[in-house]
Order: sequence, then C-alpha cells, then structure tokens
Amino acid sequence: VSRSDPSPGNLLGAYDQGGFYDELFGLPGDPPLAHTEIIRDRLSRVRLDDIHNRSETAARELYNLGITFLINSEREAVDRILPFDVIPRVISSREWAHLEAGCIQRVTALNLFLHDIYHEQKIIRDGVIPRDLVFGNANYRPQMEGAKVPFNTYIHILGIDLVRDGAGVFRVLEDNGRVPSGVSYVVENRHMMHRLFPDLMDNIRLRSVENYGLKLLEATSAIAPAGSGEPQVVLLSPGSYNSAYFEHIFLAREMGVPLVEGRDLVVENDRVYMKTTNGLSRVDAIYRRIGDDFLDPRAFNPDSMLGVPGILQAYRKGNVALANAIGTGVADDKAVYCYVPRMIKYYLGEEALLPNVQTNICREAEGLAYTLDHLDQLVVKPVGEAGGYGITIGPRASKAELADCRAKLLADPSNYISQPMVPLSVCPTVTDDGIEPRHVDLRPFIITGRDSWVLPGGLTRVALRKGTLIVNSSQGGGSKDTWVLEGGAS
Amino acid sequence: VTNLLARYAECLFWMARYMERAENLARILEVHEVFSRSGGDQGKNWYTVVQLNSDVKRFFSRYPTPSTENVLNFYILDAQNETSIIFAIRAARENARTMRPWISTEMWQQINVFYNQLLTWTPETIALPNLSRACAEIKEACQAHTGITEGTFYRDEGWFFYLLGKALERADQTTRLLDIEFNNLLPTQYEVEDPLDFVVWHAVLRSVAGYHAFRRVNPRGMTPGSVAGFMLFNESFPRSVVVSVRQINDLLTSLKARHHLRGGTRALERVDEILATLEARNIDAVLRSGLHQFLDWMQLKLIELTVEISHDFFGQASQASQEQTQS
Repeated sequence: VSRSDPSPGNLLGAYDQGGFYDELFGLPGDPPLAHTEIIRDRLSRVRLDDIHNRSETAARELYNLGITFLINSEREAVDRILPFDVIPRVISSREWAHLEAGCIQRVTALNLFLHDIYHEQKIIRDGVIPRDLVFGNANYRPQMEGAKVPFNTYIHILGIDLVRDGAGVFRVLEDNGRVPSGVSYVVENRHMMHRLFPDLMDNIRLRSVENYGLKLLEATSAIAPAGSGEPQVVLLSPGSYNSAYFEHIFLAREMGVPLVEGRDLVVENDRVYMKTTNGLSRVDAIYRRIGDDFLDPRAFNPDSMLGVPGILQAYRKGNVALANAIGTGVADDKAVYCYVPRMIKYYLGEEALLPNVQTNICREAEGLAYTLDHLDQLVVKPVGEAGGYGITIGPRASKAELADCRAKLLADPSNYISQPMVPLSVCPTVTDDGIEPRHVDLRPFIITGRDSWVLPGGLTRVALRKGTLIVNSSQGGGSKDTWVLEGGAS
Repeated sequence: VTNLLARYAECLFWMARYMERAENLARILEVHEVFSRSGGDQGKNWYTVVQLNSDVKRFFSRYPTPSTENVLNFYILDAQNETSIIFAIRAARENARTMRPWISTEMWQQINVFYNQLLTWTPETIALPNLSRACAEIKEACQAHTGITEGTFYRDEGWFFYLLGKALERADQTTRLLDIEFNNLLPTQYEVEDPLDFVVWHAVLRSVAGYHAFRRVNPRGMTPGSVAGFMLFNESFPRSVVVSVRQINDLLTSLKARHHLRGGTRALERVDEILATLEARNIDAVLRSGLHQFLDWMQLKLIELTVEISHDFFGQASQASQEQTQS
C-alpha cells in the first residue's frame, strides 16, 4: 500500500539509475534518451498511488484470467501470476533494426550448424568446434544423422536471451533453441497495457505483437509433408499440469489448432493420427512443447508417459513435421554457445551482429584455471541447466558457497562455464516505496519457416528484488511490456 | 472439417455435468435448510441427507459426529468428499482448464473466479444462519455459467457434448432428489392421494425451481402422486426426467446427422428403452410398484448410457473417464 505521494506530478523526480545503462534514460551521465521523452513525461505525471492502484488491477486481472504458471509446492500445484510491472521497456526503431538483423543472423547460423553436424560435419573436420563438444553432448541425437528436414531448418522457434551491458551494448547471454517459452506474456502484457494505460499509450506508434500465432501457423504449415492440402497442425503439450500450460493454451488459440496431449495421438503405419469423436484423423505438423527426451518412449526415455510411441519413425520418414526438429539441444548448449560467433563467421562469413558475453569454458584447462582463480568475480553456470538453477554468482556468494562451487568445478569441469558479471541494464520499476531501477533482460522470439521473422520486441524480464540480477520467473522475476517504436519516432 | 478431439468431447461433457451437479447439490441443501427450520431435531434431520446419499461410511471415516456443522462441511467445503460442492466445482474447473483452448475466455474466467472464491469460504460462511445465502450464491454462479455458455460458446460438435452432459446430469439429479425427498419427507405409510405438508413440499418444488409451474398445472391440492409425476413425466418442465431424456435423444441424433458421427447407436438404443418405459407408465403405476425401485432402475440406465457414450465417443481406454465420478 502506498504512502502519500511526496511529489505529485514528478513521479520520476527522485529516480536514480545508479551506474547502469537505463532503458528509459540511457547511459549514466548522458542526457536522457530522446526517443523515450514523451513516455517519461507522461509517466512523470502519473501519481504513485494511481500507479499502485493500476498495478493491483493488473495483478487481479492476470489471476482471474488465469494468465498464470503452475508452481508445484509440497502439497499441491498452485497458480501463480508472473508479476507484471506496468512501466514499459522501450526500444527505438533503429536499435530494433539492429537487434532484428542480429537475431536473424544468429538463427541462420544455428540452423546451418545443425544441418552440418547431422550431415557432413564440416565444421568439426575444419576444427572450428571441438568434436567431443558435439558428439559428447547429451542433446546430440544420432537418430537425426542424415535425416532430411524441410528447408534444412531445425530451429523454427528460437528465443535469444539478450542483456545490455554497462556501455549499452546488447549481448547474447544464451540461446533457447529447444522449447523456448514466454511469448504469451509478450502479447498478454500488451493487452494489459492497452486496458490499464490508454493515457500513456495514446498516439504513440508501437510495432504490433498481434500476429505471432499467424506467423507460427504459417511456418508450421509450410513444413508439413507435401500433398496434405490444408495441413492439419496441432500443438502438442505435456498437459494441464505443465507450468507453461497457459502458454500452450494461448498459442493453440492464436494458431486456431487443437491442443493435444501425447495420449490424443497414435502412430499407425508410420503416420500420426489424433483420436477424435469419429475415429482417427491424420496429423501433418506438430508444434511440440515437449522435450526430445519425452517425445517418443520407443526412441528416447522409455518411461515417458507424455510422448507418442513411434513418432520418431514417422518423423524420419517425412510423414509428419515437427517444430522444433529433434536434436536442436546441441546448438543451445551453454558450452556450444561460446562458439556461435565463430559459427557465424564460418558459415556466413560475417561478424556476429550481437556479440556474446565473454565466456570461459571450464572443460578447457585454461578456462578452468582462470575460473578457479577468479571465482569471486565470475558467474559460474552449469551448461545443461535452464531457469537460473545451479548458478553461483561469485561477487554475491558466501565463502561456503564459493568453496562448494570450487568443489563442483573440480569434480566435473566440463559441466560448467563462467562469465564475468555483466552489469545488466536497468529500467524504472514500480516498488512499494516509489519508482526504482531494476535489472532487465530481453528475449526476442524468432520464427523460421520458409524464412525468418522476429516478433517486434520480445519478453522483457525484470528482477524485482532490489539488486538481484536473476530475472527468471522461478527466481522471483517479473515481466514488462516491451515497446518497439515505429520508424520516425527514434 | 475435422471432428472434435475425443478428449475435448469428454471434458466438455463432464464440465457440464459437474456444474449441473453443483447446482443441484446446492438446491438439495437449501431445501433441507427450509425443512430443518420447520422441524425439531436439527442434527437428526441433516443426518438423513447423509443416509439417503449412501454416504454414511465415508462420512464417519472423516467426522466423529453427524452434527449440522459437520454435515454441511462434508457436503459443501470438504474437497476430499467426492459428493461435495467444492469437489464438483473443482472438477468442473479442471475440465474447463483443460478446455481453455476451446471454450470462451468468459466461460473459463467465470469458473476460475468462482472456484477461487469458494476456496476462501469458511465454516462460518456456510453456518446454518448463512446457509440459504451461500446456497443461493452457488446456484447463481452455476446459472451464470449456463448463461455465459449459452451466449458465448461456439456451436460446433463440442456444444452438443456439453448439452449432453448437462441433460444427463439433470435426469440423474432429478431422480436422486426425488428419491431422497420421498424417503425423507413422507411418512412410512401414505396414500398416493394423501394431502401433503404444504411447507415442506413447497420447498421441494422450489428446490427444482418448479413450484409455480406445478401450481399452474395442479392448481388444486398437492399429493405425492402429483409432485412426483410432475418431476418425472411433465413434458414442459425443464428439469423433469422425461424432458431431459428427450433432449439426450435429440442431441445424439443431431451428432449423428449433423456431424456424421458413426458412434452412438447403442447409446440411442438405451435412450429408446428409457423413453419407452416413461411413455408406457404413469405416476400411479410407478408409485404402486415402488417409486424407489423405479428411480433406482432409472439411475442404472443413466449410468449405462454414460458408459455407452464414453465408449463410442471418448475412446474405450479413456483414462480421464475413469477419473470422473458418476455421482
């Protein structure tokens, strides 16, 4: 509950971005960004108690609409909303043009890489990437060797986690090339802003986020086997107890396709069918939100109850299309990540438009030695984990935590990478006491069918706890609407 | 056009059934509230609900005494009790949650908000002085669901399965209510033409929202025969058994004709059997040979009908079907 507003009409008056790049103000010490001026002006005129009221309305609506994810507590699964911060993150059209080109460049290289390693493996023979990094990778799928996939595309849906460093440069933190999630929040956050802040948005021309579902349907239809007329596309979900179930619902509705579970599908004569009220009905393309391991108990994890027995065989025969393809996990591995700039150079002959964060590979002696020597300054991450789990943030860790991290590194060095602590950019964020800077990242989503398309903006995640750098929803993060300004406004 | 996913048909069918069931449970509790006000020994009155629902064993495994508080908690707020209102609403919500890609946002939102509201209820909310209001709130939420569905749900195959579930549950609940009330409220020895305790039977008819319609049809007097006959055989009363069974007949026929479904033949045979019996008998004959036996037979037939529908449309080894409860 808010205290009385000390300075009505000057909401951002006492705001202090600290030494960080600020998404609404820019570099510390510089004049505030010109393209955000009208937004800052309008925001300043909102009263703090008003912004608190609207924030509460947003939280209530998200809960009532069931725009939630499931948390499995000790006793039962509980619905939680992803906290929504009502102050938008703004990207100029010029910045966006750069990000868009960088994203397309990156997904192109990753797809060339996947095609290469499942066929000629030139990049390995040419010594650009270590052999065991690929073939020793748990997510490398020998079943995909020599398999033809439509347009030679493996990653149809990619989410790239970007951070902006102290100099205001966007850098890639990691790729999500298996089953990236979060896009539903991008669209729902925009809807929420339209309802809550028509006054703030009035006459500001934003790039639309409405046609993601259509683009996804186009891409998945394009990869369906030839001759299927209007292809039957379905979205395959692990089911209503999956934490991202809301997103599956959202996407199935936006695409206008059935949301199915493994138990709804059956493979007969290497063709995939769904069980309807009138018997079996052919399925041509599947946007699957199930990991490789669970997709086909016959080929992968035999204990999987979520998958469809025999689907791999149908897929290899070209009778059904999958998005993403099987075996993309080898490309978004945190160790392979270090080589992506070299991949871009190797396949495209270009410099990476979006640089990586400097990374030490602990499987290499040099990287391990450096990491052990600078443990208290580095962020150490396990290569196979997602969701911010297993991370040690050196500068914030206790002596005991550092010792524990050192022991784990020595026991299994190839399971880790380390990176310097990036001073993530901040964005004004609503707190109980007023507007304060909080760290943010950005996850753009790229859809690739016949060609690639980037959803304008992406998911801005915000670390709501003061000083925290981890933005994951599982670690107390929230999200913001991401505004990409139309050309001319920058 | 692709047919509806079998699991969707099943979830819609059960979502409708559970919502209808919650509404009827609220109606039964409401009529007992009225009855207990006019009766003397309240604890005993509430215990008869437990007895007549055949819930005695399950009740005593969870509660030491059949006090009013315990019985009300058992039937309204006890999520472990599969005959409670919150159990039905939760099951409806689970089905709605699964069906979110298919149902309207308004339908989902209303059930979601209602369920979350029920979770905040305490024994105080449903204590005897507040019971009537609590039951009214439940009924209204269920009716809001019905209205929102009528106004927003796309009329494809799924709509027919939704209505099928609703009609089946209505037939089931009306026979159940009749069974409970006739056992509970009538003296052990009675004649078909005996005049009835007006206060009590007024409440019974009100509980099925049928009092005024009944009066219009039977302006003079109220007898066990006329009340039971109305609830079983009246062709215009929306909760009568015959109207519900005719609806099931129409829906199954439409699914075959309009959506070209191959299944449903055996289900239609069951419906024919029930309708033939209803048409061949009148209430006097039913009461003479035993109302309870007749209602038991009817319930059995409705269960068989559900089994046929599940088998033909939802897939034989349907797991979800086994998790849903018949009553």
